Amino acid sequence: MSTGDDRLTNDRAAVPSSPPPAIELHGISKSFGPVQANQNVSMTIAAGDIHGIVGENGAGKSTLMSILYGFYEADQGEIRVAGQSVNIASPDKAIAAGIGMVHQHFMLVDTFTVLENVMMGAESGVLLSGSITAARSELKRLEAEYDLYVDPKAVIEDLPVGELQRVEILKALYRGAKVLILDEPTGVLTPQETEQLFRILKALKAQGGTVILITHKLREIMAITDTVTVMRHGKVVASKTTAETSEAELAELMVGRKIRAELQRTEVAAGAVALRVGHLTVRDAYQVPRVDDVSFEIRAHEIVGVAGVSGNGQSELLEALSGILPVDDGLFEIGGRRITPNAPCDPAQLRALHLAHVPEDRQRLGMVGEFSARESAILGYHNDPLYQAGFMFNQVAIKAKCADLMTQFDVRPPLPEALSANLSGGNQQKLILARELNRAPDVLLVGQPTRGVDIGAIEFIHRQLIELRDRGCAILLVSVELEEIMALSDRILVMFEGRIVAELPAADADERSLGLLMANAAPVETAH
Amino acid sequence: MNTDSRSLPRWIDIGLIPVINIALALIVSGLIITVIGEDPLVAVTVMVKGALGYQEGIGYTLYYATNFIFTGLAVAVAFHAGLFNIGGEGQAYMGGLGVGLVMLGFDAALPIALLLPLGLLASAIFGAAWAAVPAYLQAYRGSHIVITTIMFNFIAAALMVYLMVNVLIQPGQMSPQSREFSMSGHLPFMHEALAWIGIPFARSPLNVSIVWALLCCLGLGAYIWRTRWGYELRAVGHNERAAVYAGVNPRRVIVVTMCISGGLAGFVGLNEVMGVHHRLLLDFTAGYGFTGIAVSLMGRNHPIGVVLASLLFGVLYQGGAELAFEVPAITREMVVTIQGLVILFSGALAYMTAPWVERVYHAVKPRRAPAASEA
Repeated sequence: MSTGDDRLTNDRAAVPSSPPPAIELHGISKSFGPVQANQNVSMTIAAGDIHGIVGENGAGKSTLMSILYGFYEADQGEIRVAGQSVNIASPDKAIAAGIGMVHQHFMLVDTFTVLENVMMGAESGVLLSGSITAARSELKRLEAEYDLYVDPKAVIEDLPVGELQRVEILKALYRGAKVLILDEPTGVLTPQETEQLFRILKALKAQGGTVILITHKLREIMAITDTVTVMRHGKVVASKTTAETSEAELAELMVGRKIRAELQRTEVAAGAVALRVGHLTVRDAYQVPRVDDVSFEIRAHEIVGVAGVSGNGQSELLEALSGILPVDDGLFEIGGRRITPNAPCDPAQLRALHLAHVPEDRQRLGMVGEFSARESAILGYHNDPLYQAGFMFNQVAIKAKCADLMTQFDVRPPLPEALSANLSGGNQQKLILARELNRAPDVLLVGQPTRGVDIGAIEFIHRQLIELRDRGCAILLVSVELEEIMALSDRILVMFEGRIVAELPAADADERSLGLLMANAAPVETAH
Repeated sequence: MNTDSRSLPRWIDIGLIPVINIALALIVSGLIITVIGEDPLVAVTVMVKGALGYQEGIGYTLYYATNFIFTGLAVAVAFHAGLFNIGGEGQAYMGGLGVGLVMLGFDAALPIALLLPLGLLASAIFGAAWAAVPAYLQAYRGSHIVITTIMFNFIAAALMVYLMVNVLIQPGQMSPQSREFSMSGHLPFMHEALAWIGIPFARSPLNVSIVWALLCCLGLGAYIWRTRWGYELRAVGHNERAAVYAGVNPRRVIVVTMCISGGLAGFVGLNEVMGVHHRLLLDFTAGYGFTGIAVSLMGRNHPIGVVLASLLFGVLYQGGAELAFEVPAITREMVVTIQGLVILFSGALAYMTAPWVERVYHAVKPRRAPAASEA
């Protein structure tokens, strides 16, 4: 720790000839109601560095970057950009200061072309044509400089997620960003796309750009960053030179204790079929099949992982099996009930058949941000007689249940009255998992259980899922994290364009072969 | 929806900011009154005295407030489900028609003890039915509820004119109104009710429906925040996809919520037809349905806030009428301007001052103990 600090202090007291640090943060504090998201955070990021910020969920990384990008205003503290103290009250101020941000959720207009998205908000003059020509030549220059090509005429909604990210990066560069913030950029990428992203980041660095990378994947930190800051509970706990630290040390700093690397799992013989899916087809509003003739079975004591680049029908599969989307063709069977297009079943009825669902998009599906944690903790089970007292809710029982769930799953802060939206992503996820797992379901559908969740919590969530499986639950796991799929699953299905293109025992899978199957680059093979 | 004030404590959000807004509205009104050559302090005094200074004035203020509570609650409950019910006017009109039909049909046969619950039920059912059609169209056919509820106001008005002129008019009368109900079809006035328990009070249109209005506040508050139905209603309003995930049927919630909303608006008919006029007539809704939108906005869609906003609007209506009467230079139109300014500052510009208040609050806060932010 001391080495890192020395290095940073030396930078601060730099000799006049060397450039000032790209970004300096001094004593940044920010609280949301009772939640103290950042507490006296200071860090220095040298120009031309790729700087990683790691930390558990709720450690305050995203809040800090939102302050730097002008989404929030800090309660206290100072921001210096290239040595100049600046007041970043809004994102345009950040852009003017040369700071660009690539968000976890892309901020693009789906029906616009790449070119239109890149120039949006940076047009000049009354007519667009001048800006378009300027933007086109600038895009050419950026392409040459950073090896960053996207077809300017392509429409956003037709592009795969990896290219969307490149558009976001282009957008930031087009606005003259010298410092690029990337928030969990690899969460939605295949391994191949991640490699491409890293090549782009290295090109940026080679051109003198500064990159701030927020991630929870320590392997990526080790692979690409020069320096790294570890945050815990809203504070900076360490600043390190990447070359002088290790994955294990960072993990320990993040969590504040040693963590077990290997997941313990016992072999359990699979039981009876708990969920049977036969020729299931789900179409979207334009009658395009999103889930296309999918068949599989999951037995008790079994975790079946669905691997695939996101957007290949996994979300629709989960939503159809949980009763949110109607079945257009085929059927599925659970708890002795057969759900077909003519015999639909709503989410409440499916819950009564002992199905639980941890949705992929926790903020939009799994909880109501404006609800208190106590209220989100009973979402979907709010009609349970346990929570009623006559016509009214039994507030005492609900609060007790929420407090119980929060203790069991270590949700922080453990305040049933906290606003759900004010919990960090990882804690929201833990609350939702607690709610769904608490019912001891026969079948569990779980999507992206650890998306944006920190290492300590990932380990915990994985152990919970394995334990549930050992107790006899049949689990369908959808994840874009191949590591997660391989660590947890007994069998793996690979989805591509709505179809299952491969099924293989987890023992036979490795990251490379799955990656190729996900891109449908390998010949279709089925183990059964 | 208002991220601005999220970091502010509740007492500032629902207490201080509305007071600042009203103060701003009064300052601007004062400027206008000064420009036309009157003394703004005199005007304010006349207004407040006229609304609260004597028993009859208080009676009128509370009578107006009763209507605003009903229509304000109607807008508020719909708002929690993410619905904008602009049809309070028409629903109130229909509620009155329901009460009127029951009274005209049964006032000779039944005592008040039966007519009161019947009238209550009729106003709720007629108001709810009038809201149910736009609700159904929104839920199952995708017609936007703002458009349909507005159109239903016009349909209600046209229907009432037809009924009053052609069907329900008292024979041999020129003015389009029904015959007066017999005594058993009159809600007791508050001054009568108070006299029974030995408290003398000046005559005013204030009647016992204000008690029902307050009960509705309590009931609605409990419904929205303490029952599973209210939970589903709020889930649909905040995050419809999460509600679907939870097994809630948003369509059913939309229809049920709009029926509750329409029923509440319908109670204006109870207050006006059974409580004050004792006959069916035209235009008794007098814009209460529309003002209910401002009342609800100002009351932050919370029953207690709605009551407070209703009282304010009651004061504005009654005090404004006195002002126009007492100070000749201040015309009826000027009073409407003042009311408009209050609505502007506390409705449309409700959060205008929030960033400044927030800045001041955060500048002051660190000097206090950290305990100031609740644990």
